[in-house]
Amino acid sequence: MSTETENIESLVNRRYEHGFVTDIDSDSLPPGLDEGVVRAISARKNEPEFMLEWRLRAYRLWLEMREPNWAHVHYPPIDFNKISYFSAPKSDKDRPKSLDEVDPKLLETYDKLGIPLHERARLAGVAVDAVFDSVSVATTFKEKLSEAGVIFCSFSEAVENHPELVQKYLGTVVPQRDNFYAALNSAVFSDGSFVYVPKGVRCPMELSTYFRINAANTGQFERTLIVADEGSYVSYLEGCTAPMRDENQLHAAVVELVAFEGAEIKYSTVQNWYPGDENGKGGIYNFVTKRGDCRGANSKISWTQVETGSAITWKYPSCILRGDNSVGEFYSVAVANNFQQADTGTKMIHIGRNTRSTIVSKGISAGRAQNAYRGLVRVMPQARDARNHTQCDSLLIGKDCGAHTFPYMEIRNPSARIEHEATTSKISADQLFYCRQRGISEEDAVNMIVNGFCKEVFKELPMEFAVEAQALLNVSLEGAVG
Amino acid sequence: MLEIKDLKASTGDTPILNGVSLSVKAGEVHAIMGPNGSGKSTLAQVIAGHDDYAVTGGSVEYKGRDLLELEPEERARDGIFLGFQYPVEIPGVNNAYLLKAALNAKRKHHGLDEIDAFEFLKLAKEKMVLLGMDPKFLNRGVNEGFSGGEKKRNEILQMAMLEPDLAILDETDSGLDIDALKAVAHGINSLRSPDRAIVLVTHYQRLLDYVEPDVVHVLSAGRILRSGDKSLALELEEKGYDWVKEAANA
Repeated sequence: MSTETENIESLVNRRYEHGFVTDIDSDSLPPGLDEGVVRAISARKNEPEFMLEWRLRAYRLWLEMREPNWAHVHYPPIDFNKISYFSAPKSDKDRPKSLDEVDPKLLETYDKLGIPLHERARLAGVAVDAVFDSVSVATTFKEKLSEAGVIFCSFSEAVENHPELVQKYLGTVVPQRDNFYAALNSAVFSDGSFVYVPKGVRCPMELSTYFRINAANTGQFERTLIVADEGSYVSYLEGCTAPMRDENQLHAAVVELVAFEGAEIKYSTVQNWYPGDENGKGGIYNFVTKRGDCRGANSKISWTQVETGSAITWKYPSCILRGDNSVGEFYSVAVANNFQQADTGTKMIHIGRNTRSTIVSKGISAGRAQNAYRGLVRVMPQARDARNHTQCDSLLIGKDCGAHTFPYMEIRNPSARIEHEATTSKISADQLFYCRQRGISEEDAVNMIVNGFCKEVFKELPMEFAVEAQALLNVSLEGAVG
Repeated sequence: MLEIKDLKASTGDTPILNGVSLSVKAGEVHAIMGPNGSGKSTLAQVIAGHDDYAVTGGSVEYKGRDLLELEPEERARDGIFLGFQYPVEIPGVNNAYLLKAALNAKRKHHGLDEIDAFEFLKLAKEKMVLLGMDPKFLNRGVNEGFSGGEKKRNEILQMAMLEPDLAILDETDSGLDIDALKAVAHGINSLRSPDRAIVLVTHYQRLLDYVEPDVVHVLSAGRILRSGDKSLALELEEKGYDWVKEAANA
């Protein structure tokens, strides 16, 4: 750790040899991180001064911070100077105005990943803002959304076209200094999505973004900001897959949600990044900060996640229940197979009166994987009549995996009603034999048991996503038994 | 239908079946009786294909095919049903879901279309009335929180739905009160048919008062010591298993 800090410091004090101005035109920056890299990213994206200042402040804060080590995960130290902090697809030089202008090779890759962008977008009425590596290359359905007054675009476009909104809300839920990875993201984030739903508007379609990681050794630092103004509603879907690769990749995204009075945001994730091979080689490091702020009375934020990928997951989508009567929900299925490690859960911070939160966490461990639930329920002194219900279930497949539960509760108002239920169960050889004796194959039996275990969470997902999630789970656990 | 010749099986290093021969024809009901540890349940499990048991000798033919080559699910789809002595609980999996999956696995194996939801429910409710079961059972987790009697009835329900060619019922009568026993017996009797064979594994004569067997076998120390008609069961009840053992040793 200390040598790393020294490395970073010596780099900071050194002149940036490659020069950040000439590098702007290249497709990716060389590995390494210093103030010059931060400036280069900002310049590359033609950002206004306030963004550059914001990034630089984050970078300086980051230099002072240390990597968190409290999570129940183990991995070799990350050399932040071996990571390249910006890469763009070849076709980025002139940003395409429509799908026709997109490099066909790129579209081919989407197809291989099973995302028929145009097809799906048109058929399902879904607007897609696809982030390919770091730069958005295609955005659809903008007109229909703009008719409703909804802004849905890449983060870069938002900075360009709606700088006042970005400046007003960026970092107000997850401040730059929030944690090590959030600070890093704030300094070097490349792109992401931006959503603004005006007062009283019900977003006419589910908004969907597919993130991809595609260039080797490129850290991914997406930034998503969703603002739902008074009385509005939006449902946002995020789904991820990544091609096979060997090197560990760092991914540190930040998602900020703001819900004003009477607004509701539903945020659903299916995460399937490369988890490493069956020997634990490779895979994505997924260190994510996701937080929603129920800023107004009667607002609601709901997180639903199905996490099957990544070598290491460190992720706690949280809700700050600031408005009176506001509601926070967290529904999660986290699958860890082979050598995967997951430390995931949520935080529910009750501040307003009569606030309610629900936590349903389903952890599935197979192979040699370690799966931890870590959750915090905090009731502040002024939060009268707060209610929380937590249900935390673990399912073990095989005998070499582990499940861990770390529930934290800080209750500072005696009127709070807090319930916590936890179970641990195992798919036993007897259960499998029983199913097989009824003619059901072992794999189908495992799927049946796993899906039965997860159904409370799946029913929270939008229909087509639920089907996808179920299929994904089955694929993730292939060969987990036997 | 089922032809077992000199079957030997062990678990770990412990031999349990030491040369069992048994021939069951379609339309017949056989009862296998014997003291604790005689190998009755092992025989049932080996026929179903449980991999805790290694077959070390002999052969099992089912419908003219080598049964031991088939996976447990293949045996099931081809008409072998085992009513478990201790049915497992599968929390979270709906009883109806398991039944439907089982039924469809079998239908698929026989080249039939999947049963539609409406037809399935109708069939399931019919069978449940027959067994005196509350239709609410369908929506509960498989055996989850069921009493001993409910679990056994549930096994019979599955059997009634799957309509097996060969049903092996492993101590289905144990732990039942008289009403449950009658309901279970009624379920078994309603499945008796010239195309179907039923093997009852039991400790006691009690079930046989309600389901009349064609042949009774006495198993002891992994061997069939004696076979006879239903009067053998009555004789056993009267004289105990030692009588058969002594007779065999004499």
